[in-house]
Amino acid sequence: MKKTNRRTFVAGASAAALLTGKGVAFAQKKYDDGASDTEIKIGHTNPYSGPASSYGVIGKTIANYWKSVNEAGGVNGRKINFISLDDGYNPSKTVECVRQLVEQDKVLCTFNTLGTPCNTAIHKYMNQKKVPMLFVATGASKWGNPKEFPWTMGYQPDYHTEGVIYAKHLLANVKDPKIAVLMQNDDYGKDYWNGFKEGLGKDADKVVKHVTYETTDPTVESQVIQLKDSGANVFFNIAIPKFAAQAMRKAGDLGWKPTIYLNNVSSSVANTMKPSGFENVQGVLTAQYLMDPTDKQWADHPDMKAWVAWMKKSNPGGSLDDASNVFAYSVSFLMHKTLEKCGDNLTRENLMRQAANHQKLKVPLCLPGITVSTSPTDYYPIQAVQLARFKGETWELFGDVMHAESS
Amino acid sequence: MPRFPRKWLIVLIVLAVVIPLLRPVLPDTVSDYRLFLVSTMMIAAIAVLGLNLLTGFNGQISLGHGAFYAVGAYTAAILMDQANMPYWATLPAAAVVCFIVGYLFGLPALKLEGHYLALATFALALAVPQILKYKWLEGLTGGVQGIVLSKPEVPFGLPLTEDQWLYYYCFVVLVFLYWAAHNILNSRSGRAMMAIRDYHIAADTMGIDTALYKTVTFGISAAYTGIAGALSASAIAFVAPDSFNIFLSIKFLIGLVVGGIGSLTGSIVGGIFYVLVDNSAQALSTFAKNDLGLQFDLSAYTVFGILLIVLMFLMPTGIVGGIYALWRSLHRGPAIVDPHAAPAPAKSASQPATERSH
Repeated sequence: MKKTNRRTFVAGASAAALLTGKGVAFAQKKYDDGASDTEIKIGHTNPYSGPASSYGVIGKTIANYWKSVNEAGGVNGRKINFISLDDGYNPSKTVECVRQLVEQDKVLCTFNTLGTPCNTAIHKYMNQKKVPMLFVATGASKWGNPKEFPWTMGYQPDYHTEGVIYAKHLLANVKDPKIAVLMQNDDYGKDYWNGFKEGLGKDADKVVKHVTYETTDPTVESQVIQLKDSGANVFFNIAIPKFAAQAMRKAGDLGWKPTIYLNNVSSSVANTMKPSGFENVQGVLTAQYLMDPTDKQWADHPDMKAWVAWMKKSNPGGSLDDASNVFAYSVSFLMHKTLEKCGDNLTRENLMRQAANHQKLKVPLCLPGITVSTSPTDYYPIQAVQLARFKGETWELFGDVMHAESS
Repeated sequence: MPRFPRKWLIVLIVLAVVIPLLRPVLPDTVSDYRLFLVSTMMIAAIAVLGLNLLTGFNGQISLGHGAFYAVGAYTAAILMDQANMPYWATLPAAAVVCFIVGYLFGLPALKLEGHYLALATFALALAVPQILKYKWLEGLTGGVQGIVLSKPEVPFGLPLTEDQWLYYYCFVVLVFLYWAAHNILNSRSGRAMMAIRDYHIAADTMGIDTALYKTVTFGISAAYTGIAGALSASAIAFVAPDSFNIFLSIKFLIGLVVGGIGSLTGSIVGGIFYVLVDNSAQALSTFAKNDLGLQFDLSAYTVFGILLIVLMFLMPTGIVGGIYALWRSLHRGPAIVDPHAAPAPAKSASQPATERSH
């Protein structure tokens, strides 16, 4: 080994000084893994294959959103490197994909990972690794828990709150209610059901019949027959579009005309109301927070016009009737704004802080009056919905936007 | 196929033990994620090993090993979650439960042959996720939400990361199970199993209790795959019914066929192959699109499918079969003979094959 002489010492010292000096000059720019002067890496998992692959359009729309952002110059001069992996709605695969994103691809955060069981699988891991798990694509209420899981945040109004809202409306408007409930037998269904029961409070015994179904069932007709036979005059329909439509059509065929409360995830005109048969769904009540693209009342709204133009230009493969594309656009916008607010401080901690720091942010395609608000104790970005009644071939919003207290 | 040369085996084992320890030196190559990935490969290899015992060595086709994997995983999960059992104790428990389930399934399966058995096992694989979601069992299985678990903790304060420990844990189990399978197959029972596969009626006539061997093999095979499931519960730290769909059973079958039916080494290769390609399929399709300039977007599974077809075309007896055929063709050539080589090739070519290939 060479003896350290004066020349090498000076060379070494100046190199060290140069490197640390470089650090000092850029002290105000702070980066964690996945962020740099030129790019921000965002991770994402979506079911592009498998039984839930119809949700894959969300991933494609989001990818095109970031592409159009990059074409317009990126976020604060940095390009977004959006890495989306296919987990096939299989939680084990989600774990592998997310580990790859966090440990191999070294992303700054994950965004809008889809599926309640898939997100449950990575919930503990992401919080242990202290990587932001932002705006997850599921409405389960457990994502808004900053005390135990400070790195996870949901987006859409949670199912529990929605259930409470329906219960309260029911008690105030239906005389002598006898309630029948159809529920999908999983996390999502139970979340709605628990909120509904909570909203009913001491009137929970007014539920005369509660039946469930599995997503693998071919039809829910026998369940609907059971509900009708119970003599109920209110029907709470906790089902995804395919089954919700079957149920309402069957109810119409049987001549059963209760007051129907339909969960928001199935409120799409194209996917649920039309297949049910418009004559069977007059007067159905639901809660909305986004504009339905097939709803003609929004056709001239600037937000909708901008969205349609964007779809035609940057996402030509996406359907203009699909509410998932509206959802994807709105949640990407929120992420975009959150990243913008971080400025040059792109640490994970700051990203989480900015995500928990939105005051009445107006997100396009949200109903007028609904804004995004978060705080260090409130991890539910959207907690407001507006009730709507189905009339003719479209939803008619009524009443005021209802805000639920942050739970 | 000849026995895997002893010295190569020792070299491999030594490498397998030493490389993860290099993690502090090469943190990017021997990363936690890669160790985790290799652990999942070993788990897949154990599962395929189980399937091989049944299909490759005993001739009973099964399209339903995903069901046993699920039973093993849930047994381990429920024991860890509700009975607070330590993770290593769940392995024997899962093995016993799956052996019983496999044996009970093997009894009626005695009446079924070929396609009918395949269909019956297929039905089992379809039924299990639904059973797991069933409301009466929900208190136990956690229903659709599944059960969240913790990863195995590093014991005795060893200076290892959780992923390094997981790797060694899976490795030790794999080596033990491989050795056990090897011994079973080289015994009288193993020969009986293979006789049943090859000439069922002759085996019966010779006095082999085919019913006993077939059902017990079903049980052992299920136990192996169940142990793999229990390991995966610890590795992924989460079980949910959606993880055990029908495609899982097909995955094991692919691993079996690609690795080499009727070859223990083939099972290991098959398990590794499946996980490797599953993970790289995405990268492969991006590579095909960007670097090879393909005009359209190839889905990751399309690439995987094409790869599978090519492999089956080139190596119909699996990767191990293909390598063996290549090696044999190289050593048959009379012209080029390495004067320094020991006369081992000639000897092993005539060595009685202990594991017959199809």
